[in-house]
Amino acid sequence: MHIFSTLFAGLLFGTGLILSGMANPAKVQNFLDLFGTWDPSLAFVMGGAIMMTMPGFWLVQKRTKPLFDDVFHLPTRTDFDARLVVGAAIFGIGWGLGGFCPGPALTSLPLAASGTLFFAPAMLVGMVIAKYTAAPQPKNLEL
Amino acid sequence: METEFTPFVSLLGGALIGLSAVVLLATHGRIAGISGIVSRMLPPTFDKTGLPQGIIFLVGLLLAAPLWIVVTGTAPVQVVSKNELLLVAAGLLVGFGSVIGNGCTSGHGVCGISRGSARSIAATMTFMATAFVTVFVLRHVVGG
Repeated sequence: MHIFSTLFAGLLFGTGLILSGMANPAKVQNFLDLFGTWDPSLAFVMGGAIMMTMPGFWLVQKRTKPLFDDVFHLPTRTDFDARLVVGAAIFGIGWGLGGFCPGPALTSLPLAASGTLFFAPAMLVGMVIAKYTAAPQPKNLEL
Repeated sequence: METEFTPFVSLLGGALIGLSAVVLLATHGRIAGISGIVSRMLPPTFDKTGLPQGIIFLVGLLLAAPLWIVVTGTAPVQVVSKNELLLVAAGLLVGFGSVIGNGCTSGHGVCGISRGSARSIAATMTFMATAFVTVFVLRHVVGG
């Protein structure tokens, strides 16, 4: 049951990305192209998602724990640092260049557009590079 | 290239994405942030506790397009640039930036904002701003 719920969540997420147009890089880039062929649809994607998550998260967190786990695994940091802003800025440049962010890129993999097959592996490499250059990892430094 | 303005299906698709995030939080107490789920599986450090659910979630994500084709009989509409060098650069920046910035469109833009996280609101405003500028430069300065 707990496996099914996660599989269902993944499927729902991917289907939402396809239905909404987020999995179409041309549509994403048109949303970002205010002075050209602007397509405001993506504001509705974000709006639709937050319409569910805002009340949904609030309701869920009234429970003491999730259904199949003992604790909620939520980010606890509230501080601002340069990494957050610099990382987000770099992410935004890549998102604008390709029209892909991680969810839509992975959802698009089975469709096997040549661009996706270049983007997705590069994205994984970018993540690994970031993890190696990221904050100190004592466990590995000991090796 | 122009794309059709689709407020209704985009709202509905967004609602499915949101519902997915609510399901994941309600069942496993986890945030549906794709860059986080993926990057935690990559070297050098592995988060073993979240690994099984992360893999299952990604399997669901990868099954969405094939299932879409089976159910609707047509492939999802998609126009991806054929500029391979550009996409490799974009992929590297997206992967690198999302790990350094602790999140992407889903983790910060949807889940974080819904939790009222100031970090996520700042991150979302930042990546939106650089993405708008990037597309402006790409289409009206360089590509003009």
